[in-house]
Amino acid sequence: MSAAALAAATVAPPLDTVAGHLPVLPMLVPLAAGALLLVLHRAPMLVKRAIAFAAALAMALAVAALALGVERLGIMVYQIGNWPSFAGIVFVADRLAVLMLGLLAVLALAALAFATGDDDRRGPHFHALFQLQLFGLAGAFLTHDLFNLFVFFEVLLAASYGLLLHGQGGERLRQGMHYVVLNLVASALFLLAVGVLYGALGTLNLSDLSARVAALPAEARPLVMAGALLLLLVFALKAALLPLYFWLPRTYAAASAPAAILFAIMTKLGVYAVLRVTLLVFGVEGFGEPLRAVLFWAGAGTVALAALGALAAARLRDLAGYLVVGSAGVLFMALGYGSIESVATALYYLAQSTLAMAALFLLADWVRRQRRGGDSLVRAEPMARAGLLGGLFAVLAVAAAGLPPLPGFLAKALLLAHAEPSGRGAVLWTVVLAASLVNVIALSRAGSRLFWQQPPVASTLAPPAPRFGERFGLLVLLAALLAATLFAAPLVDYAGGSAAQLADPASYRDAVLGLQPLPTTVPR
Amino acid sequence: MSLEFLLASAIGALAAGGFWLVLRARTFDVILGLTLLSYAVNLFLFAAGRLNPGRTPLLKEGVAPLLANYTDPLPQALVLTAIVISMAMTALLLVMALRSHATSGSDHVDAREPGA
Repeated sequence: MSAAALAAATVAPPLDTVAGHLPVLPMLVPLAAGALLLVLHRAPMLVKRAIAFAAALAMALAVAALALGVERLGIMVYQIGNWPSFAGIVFVADRLAVLMLGLLAVLALAALAFATGDDDRRGPHFHALFQLQLFGLAGAFLTHDLFNLFVFFEVLLAASYGLLLHGQGGERLRQGMHYVVLNLVASALFLLAVGVLYGALGTLNLSDLSARVAALPAEARPLVMAGALLLLLVFALKAALLPLYFWLPRTYAAASAPAAILFAIMTKLGVYAVLRVTLLVFGVEGFGEPLRAVLFWAGAGTVALAALGALAAARLRDLAGYLVVGSAGVLFMALGYGSIESVATALYYLAQSTLAMAALFLLADWVRRQRRGGDSLVRAEPMARAGLLGGLFAVLAVAAAGLPPLPGFLAKALLLAHAEPSGRGAVLWTVVLAASLVNVIALSRAGSRLFWQQPPVASTLAPPAPRFGERFGLLVLLAALLAATLFAAPLVDYAGGSAAQLADPASYRDAVLGLQPLPTTVPR
Repeated sequence: MSLEFLLASAIGALAAGGFWLVLRARTFDVILGLTLLSYAVNLFLFAAGRLNPGRTPLLKEGVAPLLANYTDPLPQALVLTAIVISMAMTALLLVMALRSHATSGSDHVDAREPGA
């Protein structure tokens, strides 16, 4: 299709209709709810929960409407304040953003439901922080500007600091300190990368950057490459890529379960940012291949070390943390492998692994409360409700390790099927299969320690049964996993469409830079 | 000595000092280090718009509105945002450090003295 035809195909709905504002709705809803909850922090818990759930549902509806809009109109562009794209702030909704937002909406509902059990009562600001973190995540998925990506990273990190420290204990404070310092250093590096790229290219709009990188003279490349690598470093820290993952398992283990769920998608935000930037901006000759090589080998190392970490984990939550790291590693290997099919499969893998990890964190929290030894993988008295928890653990272990019939297996099988059995493909096969085996061993070991190796005495702990909200939260995640299995084909198709869209930066340039602002009576 | 050289070495010195302090094990040193680092980053961002002594980012009558006649306003806007964010983060970190010191009695970043 020619550039002109594409530009004509992506007509934005007018801004004086609700449809025109759809691309920013998924982030405005949690922002408004977060602000309201901050003001109402003395309101009864019932009111706060009602607002939080209403906002999460409204956000899910907005995402669904946006998905329909993107399906019908193609890439949707939103120019804040009606400024032209090259000068103003632009938000862009494409299929990738919709996919990530949909995942976020499901996780948000599950985490909120789980939090009504106990976690949201431990401090006055849980729901406000939660909504603000949703705002930061949604904004990061929708923004089309490097500096705004930085700002949304800061928003969601600031909220995540609060959520991590929420219901504080000594361990949380200590891990919180490490987490905050590490992320502040990463923010400094992010700004350095932004400065380098702006100094060299004169823009921060992703589409504009992509056009200018493509037209870059050879002598200017090293500087831009340095900026790109700095940027990758920052995203790799968020996504816990080797050698920057040491912070993750302990931090996630220290967080409360609802916070850990949102953290599970924050790792994937790093993957998302890498995907967006490497394909859209640096997908061109001279940049794509070296960056992909870095991603692939760092991903391979991450998968290997995370598998060892999972084997050595002393608690179920540590084990889940290492599985999160390992899944990010697999994603980086798939991105580094670099074919459209592998990117599409990576997106499907991303969605199902985030759901499985989130469910595992919730289950670990249950186990911790139902057992005298907590979730430590040591011999302890039998836990209460071992049958229910053991059954759930078996299901989630199958999902996390990627065994049939759950979607983890489908994603891995597709990934391997699309990889040539030579060169990097051979490494991908070896590393993914070996790590799967080690993960199965680690999960079996954890399961048998937790549920089978028990001294023959009756439990002396009489913990309260998991509350309705907690059951419901886990149920939402399990239903989503089941849906990801049953509707695997349409989901993989959708992911394929997202990858194809991403692989065509010219269509973004046409849609974003070609969009004229509305006529205005105010002189510019 | 050119202005660029002066600014570049100042940024380098600030960043080096900042990183050295961040790598120390005491919370106060780390916070100071992050502050130095954010100074370095802000100056760096500012310099990304090039150094244009004597030019303003405000449009003037009779001067053509071209970037050659003015200094680039965008890095200044970015720096402003970055300053606000880093100030808020420093405040948060200070609170955490104080709280950690109050509960653990130690200003070590691990909230306990090594070997203790």
